Amino acid sequence: MSTTSIITLPSEKLRARAPTPKRNLWKEIRTSRWAYIFISPFFLFWLVFGLYPFIYSIILSFTNRGTGAEVDFIGLANYTLLLKDKVFWQSMLNGSILFFMYVPLMTLLALVLAVILNSKRVRGFRIFRTIIFMPFIMNMIAAGFTFQLMLNEKYGLANNILAVFHIPPVPWLESIWGARVSLCLLVIWAWLGYNMVIMLAGLQTIPAELTEAAMIDGASPAQAFFRITIPLMRPVILFSVVLSTMGSFNLFGELVSLFQNTGGSGPMNATITPLLAIFNQTFQNFRFGYASALAYVYFGIVFLLTLFQVRYFGGRVD
Amino acid sequence: MIMPRKIRHVLNDGVLYGVLIFVCIFMILPFFWMLSTSIKPEEEIFRLPPVIISENSNLDAYRELIFDRDILRIVGNTLFVATASTVLRLFFCSLAGYGFAKFKFPGRGALFAFLLGTMVIPFTVLMVPLFILMMRFGWINTFYALIIPGAASAFGIFFMRQYISTINDELMDAARIDGATEFRIYWRVILPIVAPGLTSLGLIFFMQTWNDYLWPLINLRSPDLFTLPLAIRQMVHAGIARPVFHLQMATSVISIIPLLIIFLLFQRRFVEGITAGAIK
Repeated sequence: MSTTSIITLPSEKLRARAPTPKRNLWKEIRTSRWAYIFISPFFLFWLVFGLYPFIYSIILSFTNRGTGAEVDFIGLANYTLLLKDKVFWQSMLNGSILFFMYVPLMTLLALVLAVILNSKRVRGFRIFRTIIFMPFIMNMIAAGFTFQLMLNEKYGLANNILAVFHIPPVPWLESIWGARVSLCLLVIWAWLGYNMVIMLAGLQTIPAELTEAAMIDGASPAQAFFRITIPLMRPVILFSVVLSTMGSFNLFGELVSLFQNTGGSGPMNATITPLLAIFNQTFQNFRFGYASALAYVYFGIVFLLTLFQVRYFGGRVD
Repeated sequence: MIMPRKIRHVLNDGVLYGVLIFVCIFMILPFFWMLSTSIKPEEEIFRLPPVIISENSNLDAYRELIFDRDILRIVGNTLFVATASTVLRLFFCSLAGYGFAKFKFPGRGALFAFLLGTMVIPFTVLMVPLFILMMRFGWINTFYALIIPGAASAFGIFFMRQYISTINDELMDAARIDGATEFRIYWRVILPIVAPGLTSLGLIFFMQTWNDYLWPLINLRSPDLFTLPLAIRQMVHAGIARPVFHLQMATSVISIIPLLIIFLLFQRRFVEGITAGAIK
């Protein structure tokens, strides 16, 4: 602190963590009571709307709670039941399939677009960035219904454009893989700009001289991209991939609008996600206990998956 | 292949612009199709070949929404819920952000780490018990359920802490010497300085609440309390459970216009709020 004065500044008094051995914890707590008051709303709210539901959910998962008044503890019955739950495991599988279908493609595309826009060779940087980012603001119900219209097998814009090139109509929403591809199109459309903006912000922290120097030394643009840009961007890429992983298991609004006829599950449950499966058990079958068990198993698996991603692709965190 | 440098440059630029323009068309197309469908006469929506822009375009869908379906009430609901929840969250986030950024107190590191840790719990796990809690509180079919439970945002506190920690301590000290209370310092000194940060965060919060579908779906029962995303899904022919696409598309257009305006006006702040979590 630059001010050397006789009076102790109040902030020093408040912030001082007395290094003396006679550190009086209680006194410290009392002098910083304002700090506790300021942070307490979060923790109070979290106790009621975070921790309590989190614990209550475990308890629920060992009961047969439904809408009725009678609730019994049934031990692990919900968990043994869910091992044989085809719809739930299909939903976990769908989450993984969707992940592999769109995350690598979207992440690479976002990175490439960010590199192009960052290169200063493109005029109209702002306009391109704005347009590519714009879908992010649209709610997924509106977007899903719009895509449903555009992908309609007979009347939709997509198949009629394909027909110009003599490509037979694609059953976008009616076939298993068509449904998954449609969903990926919608998700990429909605999230590409978001990921690109994150990548752009990351690229701006990398000095341009690094890639320029490499290219002067004879590296091709592709080499510079794979050898310099990608390694330096690893933390940002990881952030984007981890978010997309969780996203692909958590699709909901996209599904109920795009696959309205099947309540979001898609043809032969091709697009049902764990979130939708748990939602259906809760609000259609009213099996609150069972839905809680599903939610916990889902959480456990996705948590491990995220840890794995961070551990093996994150490298050293500094 | 060996080519004169100039030709290669022109070719490269051509490819770059080609890719960008193709991506942009893909991004704009759904916006365009939504708008054009919303002004088409109903019978032209499913016609071969597809009608790009109808010669008989009209605003009938919007007229029906406003005069027969009371869409303004739905817009009002959405606006109220999004504004109330944004203001409440901004207040709690900036207050706690100030506490973590500018005070040293026993347990600060542990409490902050704990706060960040709470972010790993997904909504999926909380959905069922939170719904039961809302029933116990008697909050089903009220706006309380949409505003109160989400009021504490760990991400928002993280964001505000970063922002507030850049403020010079001497400003606060000067106010303390003048005898201002700690809350007054927060209100009169800190808040005005972090207004840009509050804007960035507020835009994200507002957009999230405005667009939220699942939580309102769980809690709201009466159609006159619905928010816009619920209304789009619920739009059916009077008496028949068959969707009316021109009305759905018109409602969709109405649902994105406010966000589109805000986004175009405050694009820089918007981007700042989004990138804050990703880049240290």
